[in-house]
Amino acid sequence: MQLVINGQSQCFDNVNSVLQLLESLSLQDKRIAVECNGEIIPRSTFPSHLLTDGDQLEIIVAVGGG
Amino acid sequence: MIDMDDLLSIAGKSYHSRLLVGTGKYRDFAETRAAVEVSGAQIVTVAIRRTNIGQHPNEPNLLDVLPPEKFTLLPNTAGCYTAMDAVRTLRLARELLDGHSLVKLEVLGDQQTLFPDVVATLEAAKLLVKEDFQVMVYTSDDPIVARQLEDIGCVAIMPLASLIGSGMGILNPWNLQIIIENAHVPVLVDAGVGTASDATIAMELGCDGVLMNSAIAGARNPTLMAQAMRKAVEAGREAYLAGRMPRKTYQASPSSPTEGMLDTLEIPIIK
Repeated sequence: MQLVINGQSQCFDNVNSVLQLLESLSLQDKRIAVECNGEIIPRSTFPSHLLTDGDQLEIIVAVGGG
Repeated sequence: MIDMDDLLSIAGKSYHSRLLVGTGKYRDFAETRAAVEVSGAQIVTVAIRRTNIGQHPNEPNLLDVLPPEKFTLLPNTAGCYTAMDAVRTLRLARELLDGHSLVKLEVLGDQQTLFPDVVATLEAAKLLVKEDFQVMVYTSDDPIVARQLEDIGCVAIMPLASLIGSGMGILNPWNLQIIIENAHVPVLVDAGVGTASDATIAMELGCDGVLMNSAIAGARNPTLMAQAMRKAVEAGREAYLAGRMPRKTYQASPSSPTEGMLDTLEIPIIK
């Protein structure tokens, strides 16, 4: 499945849910938030939210800023 | 002695510290943490950015260094140039911070000066208030815009003292004074403070607090400057509460008694 993550197109095998995607990126335990096609994906729905080919995801963190 | 009852109240929550600090521009997280600790700040701003994908899986996370249980984190919209980008960023921030709704809104209008786009800021503020965010808003020092942002429902008005990161200090104390006198929500100077005296002047004007980043992070010794800023904000607050003496233009007034002076001797005493 082809996904656009943080602006970069990547291909994933055996990834169906947001949780599986995060696991494949080693981000499942990190303090992050996820948006898919402009919609916030609540953490509680990471296992149930299914991805489809071409989805555009943003995965964000808090960084230093003023 | 600090009056423990003199609290800064924002959106129903009270804070002892009137100094709010940013977390950008530090050498590393250890320096960030040290400066924040010494500053005594309870409200700490953070930015929201894309995470690194796959490059550094064990990279330290700012939220591990500044745990939300210990600090009130204030996610900002730095770098946003449209109302929609700002709203989108803060929706993500709220999800990241488990529903925490206190946020710092800034919508910039120019890459050179980082002046706020006040029209877009007003638009974003309306949307965010409608979505139950508690909005602390960065704005110009225009008293009319400040009033409009308060009318929309922003919980704090944060006018610039001078340009972001410029360290030029308080350039228009008169406008700040007008904003302070007319506001019914806290007014905090955000941006432009360069050194401790700037923070004190802001507080002496009657600001409820000061938000700064570069003045501390950009100092040769950030931790020492963080300490100076803590004292400067406290000093300015206390001076404001104490009420300064009236200015007497061109009229000196001796501090020592004018009574009981010795008579002028008629005979010389120096040979």
